[in-house]
Amino acid sequence: MAITESWNSRLGVILAVSGSAVGLGNFLRFPGQVAQYGGGAFMLAYFISFLIIGLPICWAEWTMGRSGGQHGFNSSPGILQAIIKHPAGKYLGVIGVLVPLIIYLYYVYIEAWCLGYSLNFIRGSMEFSSIDESTNFWATFIGAGADGSALGFGISEVGGFLIFCFALNFFLIYRGLSKGIEFFCTYAMPALIVIAVVILIRVLTLGAPDDSRPDRNIINGLGYLWNPTKVVLQERPAADAPWETVTEIVSPVALATREAEAAASSNLQVIEIGIFEQMRRPGLWLAAAGQIFFSLSVGFGVIITYASYLKKSDDIVLSGLSATSANEFCEVSLGGLITIPAAYAFIGIAGVAGMGTFDLGFKVLPMVFSNMPFGNLFGFLFFFLLFLAAVTSSLSMLQPVIAFLEESLGINRKASVSILGLITAIGSLFVVYFSADVKALDTLDFWIGTFMLYILATIQIIIFGWIIGIDEGFRQAHQGASMKIPNIYRVLMKYVTPAFLLIIISFFVMENMLGWTPWGGESEVSSYVTDLVGGEGKEPNTVARMSVGLIAIVFIFLTIITASSSRFKNFLNREGAQ
Amino acid sequence: MTVGGWLVMIVSVGTVTGLFAWCIYKVMTEKKIEDHHIHGLDIDTPDQPHR
Repeated sequence: MAITESWNSRLGVILAVSGSAVGLGNFLRFPGQVAQYGGGAFMLAYFISFLIIGLPICWAEWTMGRSGGQHGFNSSPGILQAIIKHPAGKYLGVIGVLVPLIIYLYYVYIEAWCLGYSLNFIRGSMEFSSIDESTNFWATFIGAGADGSALGFGISEVGGFLIFCFALNFFLIYRGLSKGIEFFCTYAMPALIVIAVVILIRVLTLGAPDDSRPDRNIINGLGYLWNPTKVVLQERPAADAPWETVTEIVSPVALATREAEAAASSNLQVIEIGIFEQMRRPGLWLAAAGQIFFSLSVGFGVIITYASYLKKSDDIVLSGLSATSANEFCEVSLGGLITIPAAYAFIGIAGVAGMGTFDLGFKVLPMVFSNMPFGNLFGFLFFFLLFLAAVTSSLSMLQPVIAFLEESLGINRKASVSILGLITAIGSLFVVYFSADVKALDTLDFWIGTFMLYILATIQIIIFGWIIGIDEGFRQAHQGASMKIPNIYRVLMKYVTPAFLLIIISFFVMENMLGWTPWGGESEVSSYVTDLVGGEGKEPNTVARMSVGLIAIVFIFLTIITASSSRFKNFLNREGAQ
Repeated sequence: MTVGGWLVMIVSVGTVTGLFAWCIYKVMTEKKIEDHHIHGLDIDTPDQPHR
């Protein structure tokens, strides 16, 4: 019998999968999205997306992964080829190796930011009186000012932290699935939740930190996040010009002031935007579905590999639901209540409106923590929490590539870890060196960490619903299951989920690449496209082009290995002979 | 914060917290867990011989 790795316990695999999913997106991206797209409206679209995209793809990935594992494969190319019994499967599966490998190259960089921030907080060197100060610290720390400036090794520079994170990740991955990944997640995930609860209690008891601004309080911060009806101030430059939104209004004091201003000017108005009016915006659905996607780690190639280490009789329906619900708990019940209310209470709407993930996490929040009682402690805890979440996610990105190298090259773990260490060191050095405006990171994140996730998930759900077949897929999913997948998911997983994903991809290409917004608004080709080919009055960006070139080189490298692997060829030959 | 905001927050947070708690309860109390051996072969993973 072949010697293979396996999980040590059912709870361990659930914690590992949820650890893979829980990351910066839960604590930074999600609250920003909820606030931007209108609390109640966004949450409704978010839960619908969870039910018709998140859960179906999770169950499909768990099922296909375990099935591939029964054929002796743990890598995405091996698993997909074994399932569809055609060489095309292994080439489609290459995407499941490419995605986690490329994402790791920049994710470990962000992991190092989190560790660096936490240690700088605990040593008391994070005292900011304005966002400009915290922005300057961030720019210096990560080397955003110029290429090559991130390679310093002082306490206020990212280099040393990056090396530590690299060493930690590879030490754990070298220890293996059970003694490395599962061991770490078994302690890190409960610790992460406890830390998040402690910070949540601190934030919810802040009240109004500035006595001179009583309207800036936690309740209004929660209102900004969760109110289903948005009240906004609109302005127009002339009587015949269109209205443009100036700001959202949350507090009763601000509402009274703005209404008085609007009453005195014919070019100002205060209006309410209801929940259903907000939900008519396709952009809101795109954002909600996208958040579900990134949050659950579907389309990453991770779940399929993790599930391949399960036995045929192991439950995957409840385990999949448990891992998913753990992620949702961290996102909605913890992340959704911490960051935005805290930032609102200290800075007001101007500090949170339109903030991206990095802006909110590494510019606004450090300023918030440094002005909070016991801020150094809570700042340390918050960024250490993000660091733990990042490590559990990083490990999950390495394992699919380790499995691929072992299978395709026929090497042991020591050799595969060494090769992967070399590849990722070179790739991460590229990302870290070209740190100016985080251009390399941003480009890789858009093309692989965003666009390619949609592609891989769509491939997986189509294979599950149409190639395996929904009846056979459900039969496999229910082997050893302690609960049943509701029958409505037969229809959802075969028709609705693939159709919904294809629509999302179409809108994503239209809006986020070509800049065409069918529902109105300005039309401008995305900078991610003009960075590569020029246009819109811009020259192509060399770093962006090199980043896409890096993706192409890695993809070709993985494809060549896949094509020449005797292990993959022999499987199909054996299947054909039978 | 409006009444609607409180309602959305409580329903959203309550739903996911309830689902998470139910899942953990089911996983921890499932009888199968007692004799559940996901663990196949207890091995030292580093340097394991490749199949």
